[in-house]
Amino acid sequence: MAFARQVFVIMAKDLRAELRTKEAINASLSFALVVLLLFSFAFDPDEETVRAISGGLLWIVFAFAGTLLLNRSFARELNNDCLDALISAPIPAAALFLGKALANFVLVLAVELIALPLFGIFYNVHWTTQLPQLLLVMLLATWGMTVTGTIFSALTVNIRLREVMLPILNFPILIPALLAAMQLTNALIAGQPITSANEAWLKMLIGFDVMYTAVSLVLVEIVLVS
Amino acid sequence: MTPAVQVSSLWKFYGDYPALKNVTLDAPAGACLALIGRNGAGKTTLLRTIAGFSRPGKGSISIFGTPPRDAQTRRFMGYIGHGISVYDELSALENLTLYAKLYNLPDPRGSALEWLERTGLERVKNGLVREFSRGMRQRLAVARAFLHEPKVLLLDEPFTALDDRAIAVLQTVLREALAAGKTIVMSTHQLREALELATHVALLNRGQVAFHGPCTPEMVSDPGWVYARYGEG
Repeated sequence: MAFARQVFVIMAKDLRAELRTKEAINASLSFALVVLLLFSFAFDPDEETVRAISGGLLWIVFAFAGTLLLNRSFARELNNDCLDALISAPIPAAALFLGKALANFVLVLAVELIALPLFGIFYNVHWTTQLPQLLLVMLLATWGMTVTGTIFSALTVNIRLREVMLPILNFPILIPALLAAMQLTNALIAGQPITSANEAWLKMLIGFDVMYTAVSLVLVEIVLVS
Repeated sequence: MTPAVQVSSLWKFYGDYPALKNVTLDAPAGACLALIGRNGAGKTTLLRTIAGFSRPGKGSISIFGTPPRDAQTRRFMGYIGHGISVYDELSALENLTLYAKLYNLPDPRGSALEWLERTGLERVKNGLVREFSRGMRQRLAVARAFLHEPKVLLLDEPFTALDDRAIAVLQTVLREALAAGKTIVMSTHQLREALELATHVALLNRGQVAFHGPCTPEMVSDPGWVYARYGEG
């Protein structure tokens, strides 16, 4: 119970701080919208092409837009040396990590949920046909992205080029989750539900989330205390 | 009796460079240990390792017999570093309430309000920290560090860049802490302010302890005495 309360306190603090300045979320949202808009102008894809590339396009946009948010996660703590105070507080590093990961999850998901309908408008796609399953895929892939992004944000927090290092470290690790999300999103936006034919991708997403959440929770103390 | 802070044969390396070399010292419960030394002597590294921000390369540290990273130990340690460790985007009250919750205090808001009053910030409790003057931010940092009534206080250059009012607030709370039997370890270049409070002194020189012992009247009357006698000159 105490652990859950500590996680909530950290999450609430991060969300409150971000929503007060809106620095990272504005940057992330603007980036997502601009890229979606530019692609729609640059390629002017027909309906069939859009169906073929929708998963790839959306998840590349979500991954880069999410990186802008994830970069700020631990970097925010450098201002005024707040990270020292958090590390010295009597809470497990796992609670600190989970609180931050949940706050990032909420913010990244919010950006995705705003960008998705705009994607439908810009590309003239009826993306709501398999909405519940699409939301499930988004929840799973976004959690995977935020878990690995948050742990790498902690790892790179003291590096001068952390804005560059985070995607360089995070994206190769994310490939299985992004691949699964892209494949499933392609099918779902085309109106095909998840069946036994593509169920393996869903299992891969779940496995990715479980594995990297467990690994991150175990390693975060070592990452934070050098 | 177990010392409040015990450092035994401590080595800390940055790459191959030994920032601390075989440091052994202790601070009895209720003592105020002033860590002095030139820039780069290892004072901040030692304090950060005692605080548990950094792992020892070799040797050990104990706070009342327990390791610094133990959650129970962290509950009774307070730390003031070079930064103020409060969030610019939150109000003074929100900041202190946050830390009160992290330390699991029974009445987080009540404790936060009490310390805002003690540091003279109760009138601006709902103001965002980014709008505070430097002095107000420093007083809030003092409130943040003392909020959970720590038994051991680790202070890194606590008097540096403080305005007069913040120095007065800090000296008052440090005197009250010592009177209440709390233990203080502080690194400092401001020898006069530090030696007024110190009961013990440790001089660090290039990562090694050059002197460690009780604070004597000679030191208080002439703060440069320790450097002249034990330092490099």
